[in-house]
Amino acid sequence: MDFANFLIQLLNSVQYGLLLFMLAAGLTLIFGIMGVVNLAHGTFYMLGAYLAWFLTAQFDNLLLAIVVGALLAVAFGWALEWLLFRHFYKRDHLDQVLLTFGLIYIFQEARSILWGDDVHSVAVPELFNGAIQLTDNLSYPVYRLVVSAVCAALALGLYLLISKTRLGMKIRAGAFNREMAESLGINIRFIHSIVFALGVGLAAVAGMVAAPISSVYPGMGSSVLIMCFVVVVIGGIGSVRGALVAALMVGLVDTFCKVLVPEIAGMAVYMLMAAVLLFKPEGLFKS
Amino acid sequence: MTTRRLVLTRTAAVIGAASSGLLLPQLARAQSDKVRVGFMLPYTGTYAQLGVSIENGFMMALNEQGGKLGGRDVEFFKVDDESNPAKGIENANLLVQRDKVDVLVGTVHSGVQMGIHKVARESGVLSLIPNAGVQIATRAQCAPNVYRTSFSNSQPTLALGKAMVDRGHKKAVWITWNYSAGAEAFEGFEQGYTAAGGTIVEKLAVPFPSVEFQALLTQIAAIKPDAVACFFAGGGAAKFLRDFHAAGLSKTIQLYGSGFLTEGVLEAAGPAAEGVLTTMHYSDSLDTPRNKKFRLDYAKSVKAQPDVYAVQGYDAGQLLVIGANAVKGDLSNKKALYAAMDGVTIDSPRGKWTMSPAHNPIQDMYLRQVVKGENKVIGIAGKAVADPATGCRMT
Repeated sequence: MDFANFLIQLLNSVQYGLLLFMLAAGLTLIFGIMGVVNLAHGTFYMLGAYLAWFLTAQFDNLLLAIVVGALLAVAFGWALEWLLFRHFYKRDHLDQVLLTFGLIYIFQEARSILWGDDVHSVAVPELFNGAIQLTDNLSYPVYRLVVSAVCAALALGLYLLISKTRLGMKIRAGAFNREMAESLGINIRFIHSIVFALGVGLAAVAGMVAAPISSVYPGMGSSVLIMCFVVVVIGGIGSVRGALVAALMVGLVDTFCKVLVPEIAGMAVYMLMAAVLLFKPEGLFKS
Repeated sequence: MTTRRLVLTRTAAVIGAASSGLLLPQLARAQSDKVRVGFMLPYTGTYAQLGVSIENGFMMALNEQGGKLGGRDVEFFKVDDESNPAKGIENANLLVQRDKVDVLVGTVHSGVQMGIHKVARESGVLSLIPNAGVQIATRAQCAPNVYRTSFSNSQPTLALGKAMVDRGHKKAVWITWNYSAGAEAFEGFEQGYTAAGGTIVEKLAVPFPSVEFQALLTQIAAIKPDAVACFFAGGGAAKFLRDFHAAGLSKTIQLYGSGFLTEGVLEAAGPAAEGVLTTMHYSDSLDTPRNKKFRLDYAKSVKAQPDVYAVQGYDAGQLLVIGANAVKGDLSNKKALYAAMDGVTIDSPRGKWTMSPAHNPIQDMYLRQVVKGENKVIGIAGKAVADPATGCRMT
């Protein structure tokens, strides 16, 4: 593998890893802070992609569709938390698994009724259509760089929100010791609503920016969900930093195994997970 | 207490059903006067449209005979197989044991087909395969009562190699999903391409059903082959076409594929599919009087445009009509029935084809190119292409 090829595969790895991070961050936040195992997280990614397709058809503009879609997704997450999830915080993990597993079926069926089972595609916006020529025969699609940039920006924003702002301090306090935080006057219910809506929003935005590069199809939520859980397990449950590191690791391992040893590409990330758990049973960044 | 009530109601239902059967012997006999045809097809899920097309095509062939088989009326039974391999055997048994069908028509998904195949081999019921290309069904596990009217997975790609070498593309990369249909398609490609003098420089695989191709496309760009040949279908095919195009590869490397690459996905793929060359046993644009008449009749009766799946269903119907006419509707006369169907020539919208001794079509493979969002036939890639039928011994 020459250097240019290596560089492109590196870009591919980072782009895939950052996309996974967007999903895993929400998953790990919702688990770490509210203690909810959310199997339906992948369907929010699917929802995002379908929204991107549907809204792009309405507005004829992907960027506008993403903005509107993100707002819709956050509102949807807020409503879902208020209607359903808040009643399950204190319940058994098994109850939560049942609830969210049921939600997968409901969302899938609703999608089928609303938008059918066809595969759709979303065009890359004209502005980002094209490729950057790296060497005379290797080029990299501009849109994938944009996806990486958007995901990286959101990851940075998330980091700043949690570690530098007052709201982030409250979120961390609530996750650390709920009773103590409440007795200090922090409105934990409100915090939970925000975190949940944020998680849904991140997953949906990931689905929306990924729509032009991954197509829009019915089963897209389930395959990505498995990868997300791998990321969360490797990174350590509840750790956003862990999710970032783990997502990038998964991106690297998956991409380079696909190229170098395709025979084991399907199981390479699981081997990575097993190896990490062998030495760090709680994940890399379990606090 | 619920269970007791359940037991009581179920017992009552069984007794009721049994007694009504006893009380109505006339009705039971009247039913058995009809030929019983069972459809086991996907009517829901990703493949629903394919199942509907197959049934429409099949019904059209029967309706051309006044809706009768060998002079007898026909009664239909349907099971939605949901493309679920786990329920394949159970669903096939429903039709064979409960509905006592004389012939079982199905299905699309190769995994489900293996369930049907097991039941067909054990029960001896006539089984017509209108799509699934799983090779073992007409190879090591071929059977006198199992006929396929579609293709074997390696058949379309078998004809691909020569077309590629004829166009000067002697160094190719092969790429597909890492699953059985992909492996079977590769088998055909490898055989045809190397025989024609081509070299496969690299074989790439993506885990099924992943659609993240970017890393491998970069790899292809680095290898710089003359051409890329592939097997993808459905949503993954549209995605592959668009990624191949977006990576800038379509400018310098010619893309080839098994025909399913460009079936039903041209709209989703858009301009990315332009110029792609594929081989398959049918094309909508086939310019023959037979195909034109079929397409017109189908459009009139079904109010939709037929596709390759409708053609395969139609041919399954034609095959059954020929068999039933030969035995005057008495499908239990198996020896005469199979004798009439063996080696038969079917006048199909895809062109005339013959049934091989292993019960798989020997058919022409068309070379097609996507021009302005349509699969245009530009030649014949293989005349009378047959599946090798390795290991098939009819008993």
